[in-house]
Amino acid sequence: MTAGQARVAWGLVALAAALVMLRESLPSGLVRPPEWMVLPFADWINAAFAFLRDDLGLMTLTRAFSDVMEACLDVTANLLYGKNRWPHLGPIPWSVIAVSAGMVGFALGGWRLAALAGGTFVWIAVMGQWQWAMETLSVILVATPFSVALGLGFGVLAWRSQAFERLLNPILNIAQSMPHFAYMIPVVVFIGVGPKAAAIVTIIFSVPPMIRMTLLGLRKVPPEVVESGKMSGATRWQLLTRVRIPTARTDILIGVNQVVMQCLAMVVLASFIGMPGLGQKLLQLLQALKIGLSIEIGITIVLLAVMLDRLSKAWAMKQPVHHMPGVRWIERHRLLLIWLGLVALTSALAWLHPYFIEVERKQALSMAGPVDASMKVFIRAMTPVTEWLRWFLITWVLIPLRDAFLWLPFAAVLLLLAGIGWAVGGRRSALVCLAFFLPIAMSGWWDRAMITVYMVCVSVLVAVLIGVPAGLWGAARPVRAARLLFLCDTFQTFPSFIYLIPVVMLFGVNDVAVVASVVVFATVPIIRYTIEGILGVPPEIVEASSMSGATRGQIMRHVQLPLALPTMMVGANQSVMFSLFMVIIAAFIGTQDLGQEMQRALSSTDVGKGLVLGFAVAFMGLMVDHLILRWSDGRHRSLGF
Amino acid sequence: MQRKVLLLATTASLGLCAAAAWAEDSSDPIIIPIHNWSSQIVMSNVIGQIFESLGDSVEYVPTDSQAVYEAIRLGDVTFEPEVWEGAYGASFTAAVEKGGIHDVATHDAVTREDWWYPMWTKEACPGLPDWQALNECAALFVTPETGDKGRFLGGPVDWLKHDQEKVDALGMNFVVVNAGSAAALWAEISAAEEQQKPIVVFNWTPNFAEAVWPGEFVEFPAWEAGCDTDPSVGPLPDKTYDCGNPANGYLKIAAWDGMPEKWPAAYAVLQQVNFTNAQIAEMAKMVDVDGMEPEDAATAWLEANEDVWRPWVE
Repeated sequence: MTAGQARVAWGLVALAAALVMLRESLPSGLVRPPEWMVLPFADWINAAFAFLRDDLGLMTLTRAFSDVMEACLDVTANLLYGKNRWPHLGPIPWSVIAVSAGMVGFALGGWRLAALAGGTFVWIAVMGQWQWAMETLSVILVATPFSVALGLGFGVLAWRSQAFERLLNPILNIAQSMPHFAYMIPVVVFIGVGPKAAAIVTIIFSVPPMIRMTLLGLRKVPPEVVESGKMSGATRWQLLTRVRIPTARTDILIGVNQVVMQCLAMVVLASFIGMPGLGQKLLQLLQALKIGLSIEIGITIVLLAVMLDRLSKAWAMKQPVHHMPGVRWIERHRLLLIWLGLVALTSALAWLHPYFIEVERKQALSMAGPVDASMKVFIRAMTPVTEWLRWFLITWVLIPLRDAFLWLPFAAVLLLLAGIGWAVGGRRSALVCLAFFLPIAMSGWWDRAMITVYMVCVSVLVAVLIGVPAGLWGAARPVRAARLLFLCDTFQTFPSFIYLIPVVMLFGVNDVAVVASVVVFATVPIIRYTIEGILGVPPEIVEASSMSGATRGQIMRHVQLPLALPTMMVGANQSVMFSLFMVIIAAFIGTQDLGQEMQRALSSTDVGKGLVLGFAVAFMGLMVDHLILRWSDGRHRSLGF
Repeated sequence: MQRKVLLLATTASLGLCAAAAWAEDSSDPIIIPIHNWSSQIVMSNVIGQIFESLGDSVEYVPTDSQAVYEAIRLGDVTFEPEVWEGAYGASFTAAVEKGGIHDVATHDAVTREDWWYPMWTKEACPGLPDWQALNECAALFVTPETGDKGRFLGGPVDWLKHDQEKVDALGMNFVVVNAGSAAALWAEISAAEEQQKPIVVFNWTPNFAEAVWPGEFVEFPAWEAGCDTDPSVGPLPDKTYDCGNPANGYLKIAAWDGMPEKWPAAYAVLQQVNFTNAQIAEMAKMVDVDGMEPEDAATAWLEANEDVWRPWVE
């Protein structure tokens, strides 16, 4: 930060402070956005959508697309759970699917993956969730290839044309920071509800990382490889499909992995607009307070995610095998033959006994009883603590803080943000901050937005207080770090809705419950990046400082933490993003922020309102993202790596 | 499954003949929406299985319970078996005005939604269910976030229940806190049950909560038409909302305008469908308390109640 930059930044902050001091005597136009400033964005968006839908007839186009989607969904639905559609073959018995998955796991990564993949399907079957899981998978199986193909296409286009990339980049940024509910409303308008709408929402949500990874992969292709392709006389098309994409294989497959993970993240949310299966069932069970059964479903979703994640990563890392000429067909396709044998065997089993086709709910195992009972015991044991915590936090922390956030004049908030922007990245960042936050003021949702900001701030703060010490503790030993990271993964993939109910039971319907549920998510990236940051500090530096006689505490404070800070800030950035998403979902506990309005917009299918709120949330996230990126860029430069 | 269809097919063959006499149903599936509460799911399955017995094909689609009216209007969903006056009356009426959806029939079941308390609350505040007695016990319901006033836990704000207006009009010592979903309401009741803590929440009938937690509605001054708009109606001459909610709201069946033409036989049955409060509570209980799957519960209900639904088909 240069001296001039600091002076301007302090000046802006001082001005903001002055506005806060003088709040009582300020004209009302500085306290809250004056009426002329509030623009009817929602009406404009609605008018634009009405134009697209009615006058341009976009509806016929989207409906045609959704018909294609539906045809694909019918095929997977028939194969997986026997919906009465072409090709009328299904349902495939669970035992066949389980051995097939096990075989794929074995081919990609040996016995461990085989056990994971096969075991996941056995778990699903014996827990009696087969039908639901297959309903879910039937949508994911269709959505994933579409996402991958679209992502690959857009990625290649963006790589070819700079102009297209410039156009695409901001769209991707916003798409990735917009809360899920905001997408769903236009989809309901254009596509309707049902599995096809769910598939389309899932695709929209999962495409961006694929585009990004494709672009990254293609960029990284070394010129020598391309050169050698050219020398062999490849055309441009051949160069792309035979040289560039295969070379970028690993990055592209990581993109596929991301697509799969995002699809699974949508399983529960998409059921608001018609995703059948696990998510739908989960919401139903929660509605009837069946926590044990919903946790079983949560475990299934986590297992599916872990399995697909490991499988696709193994696929990404596995290099293609090229056989020597003259190897016999049987030897080349040994695994295929074994698989066929196993399929024949299990099909025979399925023919002999219906248990191997589908385990009925009555025959299913369940651990819901003990889980519910231990939950009760836990809540009873925690009650004295939570009662006190609730009282303390509400009366002394949350309510005063919330009132303070709402009390701040909006002009002061904007000036403060501009000041922070200026301090981090000069005039440009100050303007970026304003460009992101001013529209929120102009949308007319200022108060609600401030409540969202307040909840995110509190949650991220609590998350840092928990996450950083936990991360430091974990980073001290590699085994511990691995266990903690695994725990983080599990918490992150576990469907967020399940947390909402126990949290309400513990704290009641209030801000403590909301903050508690958000903290669960916000802490995960902080722990993860703290561990990664500390482990990423070059060992030579640690060695050198311990040789110069620094104690462990000194190494931690003066060497490891400063060097790990840029990585940890990436964690903070993600933590803010997760909090924003979760605060929106926490509307189901009961909040008075943007999330509550978003929920209302979804139930009244108000596209304009939903998108305005979505943009408001996205802009908050993007602003934080910008600030942290700029800051850690500068930091990296001054650290010299 | 096979056996069930066979059973239904034979019992309903009469109906099929009668229907086939005047029109043929389309072979496209009838799309039935499924929401996140059990009585609706079981009822959907019951009606769906009756339709299947007529030879129609049926599909169930999970749908948001407010967005469903838009979907019916567009024909994406064929009908909605439970339109609650209190919760969905507004969405339904708005959709009817836009066109494409209409009112098919009204169930005998009446719906009621109002302030409600589980039985253990009455032990702490014996004057209940009278609202004035409740008001005197307000201190029992105090929570940290409501200061020295009692807390009333309302439903999500978008259910538009005017609880705050009621509190203001009747001058009650209560603060309305809105839960974000029905699940949050149940979670609070369940937590209160653990400690036998008094609690007053928004609730409605028929639903599964009655079977799990016995309770009563608070008796406010009785509803009179216009109480919400005309200050002179109701006990207080200068206040609106100085009354309880209607104690007998409708429960309707709504359908897509294209249904009578496309599936005349099924539509004719749908016009006859009619459930009572007891039947709906029973359906909810089969799933929420006995732990049956909604499909199985529907089959069981059909087997046990042939005398109820057979006349609809004939």
